Amino acid sequence: MKSLKAQHNILADAPSQIEIIEHGQKGDFILVPFQEKLEQSNLYPLKPAHVETFQVNIGKMCNQTCRHCHVDAGPDRKEIMTKETMQQCIDILQENEQLTTVDLTGGAPEMNPNFRWFVEEISRLQRHIIVRCNLTIILANKKYHDLPQFYKMHKAEVVSSLPFYSQDRTDRQRGNGVFEDSIKALQMLNEIGYGKEETGLRLNLVYNPAGAFLPPLQQSLENEYKRELKERFGIEFNKLYVITNMPISRYLDYLLTSGNYERYMEKLVDAYNPVAAANVMCRTTISVGWDGYLYDCDFNQMLELKVNCKSNHVSGFNAHTLKSREIIIGQHCYGCTAGFGSSCGGTVI
Amino acid sequence: MSEHYYNSKDLGKFGNVADFQKEMGEKFFSYYGEVFKDSELTAREKSLIALAVAHAVQCPYCIDAYSTDAFEKGWSQSQMMEAVHVACAIRGGASLVHGVQMMNKVNEIAM
Repeated sequence: MKSLKAQHNILADAPSQIEIIEHGQKGDFILVPFQEKLEQSNLYPLKPAHVETFQVNIGKMCNQTCRHCHVDAGPDRKEIMTKETMQQCIDILQENEQLTTVDLTGGAPEMNPNFRWFVEEISRLQRHIIVRCNLTIILANKKYHDLPQFYKMHKAEVVSSLPFYSQDRTDRQRGNGVFEDSIKALQMLNEIGYGKEETGLRLNLVYNPAGAFLPPLQQSLENEYKRELKERFGIEFNKLYVITNMPISRYLDYLLTSGNYERYMEKLVDAYNPVAAANVMCRTTISVGWDGYLYDCDFNQMLELKVNCKSNHVSGFNAHTLKSREIIIGQHCYGCTAGFGSSCGGTVI
Repeated sequence: MSEHYYNSKDLGKFGNVADFQKEMGEKFFSYYGEVFKDSELTAREKSLIALAVAHAVQCPYCIDAYSTDAFEKGWSQSQMMEAVHVACAIRGGASLVHGVQMMNKVNEIAM
């Protein structure tokens, strides 16, 4: 499967995407504006709280082409963060001790040729490192087989998507053969201590709904995942993060082509939870794009909505002005405030 | 009154039944919520039971709600269809078992 960009799909264009998200495909779809909901919850304008997570998207290249991917990542995407931009990120971390967690994402972040150097530099600064590993990359090529050892050396937390504990749902969302390879990779991570409580090596899995519906309760599903993966494959892991699919990019394409878009958006709006809204991740995260621009979150990044701040690039990073900015919102934000909320770390309540 | 007896949007108005009888409505929804919580049976197991019952009572609202709920809770298409077959088997069996009554009656009156 090609990326939307390679297909020259209109959804590869951020302003066109925003237009559809805000007003529907025909321009006549009206929902309660997200801003109005925030105003009712006394949360508008949305402001940052204690910013501690520095999330860096180091490239859109990926060995997979998942049907729900909001990044529109894939083998045909060539956008990759340069070593110079990475060095600017390292400089920012050196000067901003409050950024205690560095969350590396992509694409498959491991496909960036400077990935290991970047991790080593961050590790030297003694920051907590999260790597969003798609699992199959570990088996994709011999040069990646030692990734589990590399993660362990730097005590990196591994966060991996496994849409379900059965092959059918996983492969339907992430491609044929992904489930089998993911299981093998999880077993490799378990072998060196990942996912075992006593080792401190964190292995967290991510569940995304494989369709136009909202995720179930995180704790109940985690219990099932643990039981099923242990019984069927002997796999252990720490936490399950339940994440709501955002109506962006390829998932938006799926919603529109399957005729589910309006119903899904109505579902998100109906499930708006003010407590979740108060705890959205953009209040504690700064997201960095592959080209060094700064965003409120990974989703705003994909919609090319840069931070509402004079210094919106790593080259001019200013923690003080960022702290006082207003977070940019839109109708897509309903995805993070539905039910128990959703973030890169699962539910927020 | 609409032109159709069933409208899928009415499912979202289910809670409004309490508008006409508050006390009973509230008691029902409180009970309903309690029934579907994780307990001796998990909420997931209860969802599949509800799906089968929805088919047995042939309630389109319930089929809509519990097809979504059961799928969200991770039941596969084939598991959900097996649950529908359970409902079908019980309904069919309920008709067929009355065949014994028919046989009893015929045997009583036949030479």
